[in-house]
Amino acid sequence: MSNVRVLVGTRKGAFILTSDGKREKWDISGPHFAGWEIYHVKGSSADPNRIYASQCSGWFGQLIQRSDDGGKTWAPVGNKFVYDGVPGTHQWYDGTPHPWEFKRVWHLEPSLTDPDTVYAGIEDAAIFRSKDGGQNWEEIPGLRGHGSGPRWQPGAGGMCLHTILQDPSNPNRLFIAISAAGAFRTDDGGDTWKAINQGLKSEYIPDPNAEVGHCVHRIAMHRSRPNVLYMQKHWDVMRSDNSGDTWHEVSGNLPTDFGFPIDVHAHEPETIYVVPIKSDSEHYPPEGKLRVYRSRTGGNEWEALTNGLPQSDCYVNVLRDAMAVDSLDSCGIYFGTTGGQVYASANSGDTWAPIVRDLPAVLSVEVQTLS
Amino acid sequence: MTIRVVLPAHLRTLAQVKGEVKLEVEGHPTLRSVLDALEASYPMLAGTIRDQTTQQRRPYVRFFACQQDLSHEPPDTPLPDEVTTAAEPFLVIGAIAGG
Repeated sequence: MSNVRVLVGTRKGAFILTSDGKREKWDISGPHFAGWEIYHVKGSSADPNRIYASQCSGWFGQLIQRSDDGGKTWAPVGNKFVYDGVPGTHQWYDGTPHPWEFKRVWHLEPSLTDPDTVYAGIEDAAIFRSKDGGQNWEEIPGLRGHGSGPRWQPGAGGMCLHTILQDPSNPNRLFIAISAAGAFRTDDGGDTWKAINQGLKSEYIPDPNAEVGHCVHRIAMHRSRPNVLYMQKHWDVMRSDNSGDTWHEVSGNLPTDFGFPIDVHAHEPETIYVVPIKSDSEHYPPEGKLRVYRSRTGGNEWEALTNGLPQSDCYVNVLRDAMAVDSLDSCGIYFGTTGGQVYASANSGDTWAPIVRDLPAVLSVEVQTLS
Repeated sequence: MTIRVVLPAHLRTLAQVKGEVKLEVEGHPTLRSVLDALEASYPMLAGTIRDQTTQQRRPYVRFFACQQDLSHEPPDTPLPDEVTTAAEPFLVIGAIAGG
């Protein structure tokens, strides 16, 4: 029988939640790295016992932790992230040039095929890669060499590279997203990158249709259709059917199209999930009702999923990396909140229950389906 | 000579040590040579006290010895004699800040 392991990063440590395939009873281990901010924890699909964690603090900086036994034990690996060459400048909040400075690792994306290869999305935005299990890190410089880097600007949370997607059918193709620059794609393993933001419209930037400058919050794909991408932008939920070359809006009947996470059902490529948030100045659900919205039509037509979720006086947020799905026959959906709850649905979102209610603010949720 | 170093709790956990750390340092110890010896003995601490590239002290870390704040001293400043004789420890302090 399959098991599920949920990897949770929080403001004050990491937690590992495990259950059998029924997903009714959960064991909770942690806090791992107590007191540290854990931006992201993710396991290798090539070796589920290999897990990487991004550990940081305002006092002591960035560490990368690695487990080779499914999260039972951990060891720090390399934490030296040095930009390639002269880093140059990007735009500061006021539009003035500001030097690129390493701040933290937002996202760790293990290779689909090699447990020793892992990508890191960092702030200030760049993509790094380790080929030796996290011991040594090198920037993939083509991204910042795209030419638009001097026009990238931080979002409210910093200028973070927060999403890294690998095309399962093409090892040379990666998609990344940056707040607030936009989405980019490489088709040659990272040597060159293309801005893929055509069709995005952001009224809050000087040129709403600019090549870069869009505050993309997250992008997602289904393994079986890597040319179809879904995006939660700062405002607007978007879809691309041509690998990001063009996008069109699929916000449809959502109560608000602001939000952070977006994810795709494990077995239904047209079934997607978002968590609408009232606005960028009020980072909580509309009407105090925590609702996941599901579209079974790839966008535009959305239904509220509320069964088991608080429908009054709920003012938490769900951050961009804090939603994930398992791959069991009945797809499980998981998300964590800034209020410390991790909710799970074992039936594609029809009903929900909290796995745990009182963790520190949740920064990230990832799921491993183990056979 | 043997130098006693007191680390903040999070770095003791990271380095898997309890209590003070004892380091052997050649010559008259300085801020730089003690931190070099510390990172050589405990590589996982590299980057947590000072930047790995610039070697600058991280902003929320402070250095004290013999009730003196050494945080803003140049890295090659000799440490007080009481530290070199191990009568007093060299203290790495995490600033009281944040939540």
